[in-house]
Amino acid sequence: MPFSETIEAFARALADPDRPPPIETMGRERQADARRFAIYRNNVAVSLIAAIEARYPVARRLVGDAFFRGMARAFVAVARPRSAVILGYGADFPDFIAGFEPARDLTYLADVARVENAWVEAYHSAEAEPLTVAALAAVDPTTLGDLTFAFHPAARLLRSNHPAASIWAGHQGEGEVKAPDDWRGEDILVTRPGADVRVRILPAGGYSFAQALQSGAPLGEAHSAIDFEGFDPGSHLIGLIEAGAISQLRA
Amino acid sequence: MSAAQAPSPRVAPALPDRSGVGLKPEHIDEILRDRPALGFFEIHAENYMGAGGPPHRRLEAIRALYPLSLHGVGLSIGSPRPLDREHLARLAALAARYQPGLFSEHLAWSSHDEGYLNDLLPLPYTQETLATVCDHVDQVQDALGRRMLLENPSTYVVFQESTISETDFIGEIATRTGCGLLLDVSNVLVSATNHGFDALAYLDEFPLDHVGEIHLAGFAEARDDAGHLVLIDAHDSPVRERVWDLYRRVIARRGPLPTLVEWDNDVPKWPVLLDEARRVEAAMAEVVAMDSQGGRRHAIQ
Repeated sequence: MPFSETIEAFARALADPDRPPPIETMGRERQADARRFAIYRNNVAVSLIAAIEARYPVARRLVGDAFFRGMARAFVAVARPRSAVILGYGADFPDFIAGFEPARDLTYLADVARVENAWVEAYHSAEAEPLTVAALAAVDPTTLGDLTFAFHPAARLLRSNHPAASIWAGHQGEGEVKAPDDWRGEDILVTRPGADVRVRILPAGGYSFAQALQSGAPLGEAHSAIDFEGFDPGSHLIGLIEAGAISQLRA
Repeated sequence: MSAAQAPSPRVAPALPDRSGVGLKPEHIDEILRDRPALGFFEIHAENYMGAGGPPHRRLEAIRALYPLSLHGVGLSIGSPRPLDREHLARLAALAARYQPGLFSEHLAWSSHDEGYLNDLLPLPYTQETLATVCDHVDQVQDALGRRMLLENPSTYVVFQESTISETDFIGEIATRTGCGLLLDVSNVLVSATNHGFDALAYLDEFPLDHVGEIHLAGFAEARDDAGHLVLIDAHDSPVRERVWDLYRRVIARRGPLPTLVEWDNDVPKWPVLLDEARRVEAAMAEVVAMDSQGGRRHAIQ
């Protein structure tokens, strides 16, 4: 049998637990051996489940090890990695959670997982110098409205109908779980200006403003898009800079 | 505890004939604090293919103190499909950045239309597969501009259609491509047990002159359909006595070599892993001492 067909048969059997082991393979009895072949199936599933467990420790803690493993097992069965770079694997697991029937009542779970995914992506993002407030202060005040900004490669914006960042923060470390003080939606900014990833809750109006700036809108335009009385673009912009969300300004 | 020799960070030092361990994120703070005397650290290349961030910052700090071994797990050299050019480019960039003492990959496949399978899967040994693997090894060596080492696999099944022994297959790859070999002694015991051959005979047939590094690891146990013992290359436990025994025989024949303790799952606390590395150095020293008393290298038997 040509090499490619042998490997095809092996891969098909690997993907489908109901298939018998490939007849081209054999153990010590010189015939296909289901338990031996199951070792390969198990290696694939277990290693991918471990990658999901490592990426989503808070979601795992929220639902418990057994439930999480079941959910991760269902995910890896339908979502094979597209790349050998496993540190990128599982970015779409939050979307899977959102549609996972047994987790339907845990409406906040997918958003907490989105915070975790943003954390991992920020952790592995490219290095860039964050913009300083001093650099902003040096800009001619009459041209401020025309400024545009390049966001730092690590910066991620999230919007949740649940207190996803507070739940995430309350489940850090080994200590006792802290429940959110208030059950309301949160707009979330994840940054990594240096070595450390930071997760913050944005003040009201901050999400739309930051999103407009991130998509390249000039400062004046981003400001006028905010339909929010008393919105102070200056303090929001300084907040974004201090969080390390911005790497460059363009006059 | 003596500090490790600090090589110039951008000159690739060859790995010393000493012990090394797989670098685990949870150990890095202690390593940077204590700077234990170790020959090298080995990393899985794919774990450092992110664009930036703490993994690279910490690896830079390790690399400033120790030689590195770059060990790929995702290139799928043993696949009938063409190598992934993007992945090869990522590997070349990583090698250029960190200047490892050596680069190694596996005689196995892991990519397919189904996606990346995240396991090291076996291939038949025939003239056709030999030509494909040699072609892939040539491409890797061209892309990286250096000699690579190819690692012998651990397998749970073999193929009806194989016409070449594993040792002949590996030896022929080394001859045709000029690549070096990574001898995983644990894999030898795992495969010998799983397929009912003699590990010592395998080592006698293995082209030891091409070996540039050794791997040692722990394994798990299972049973097959017929009730035969099957060893699983789990990298989750200490190196077993039978592997130490095979290792000493290889060192007696070949002399000291860079030797890695692989412990990738159920990773122990740092002092436990460091103790395993110390056992490697003790085993090498013991064999060298016996060798100088005996005044000759021994055949493996």
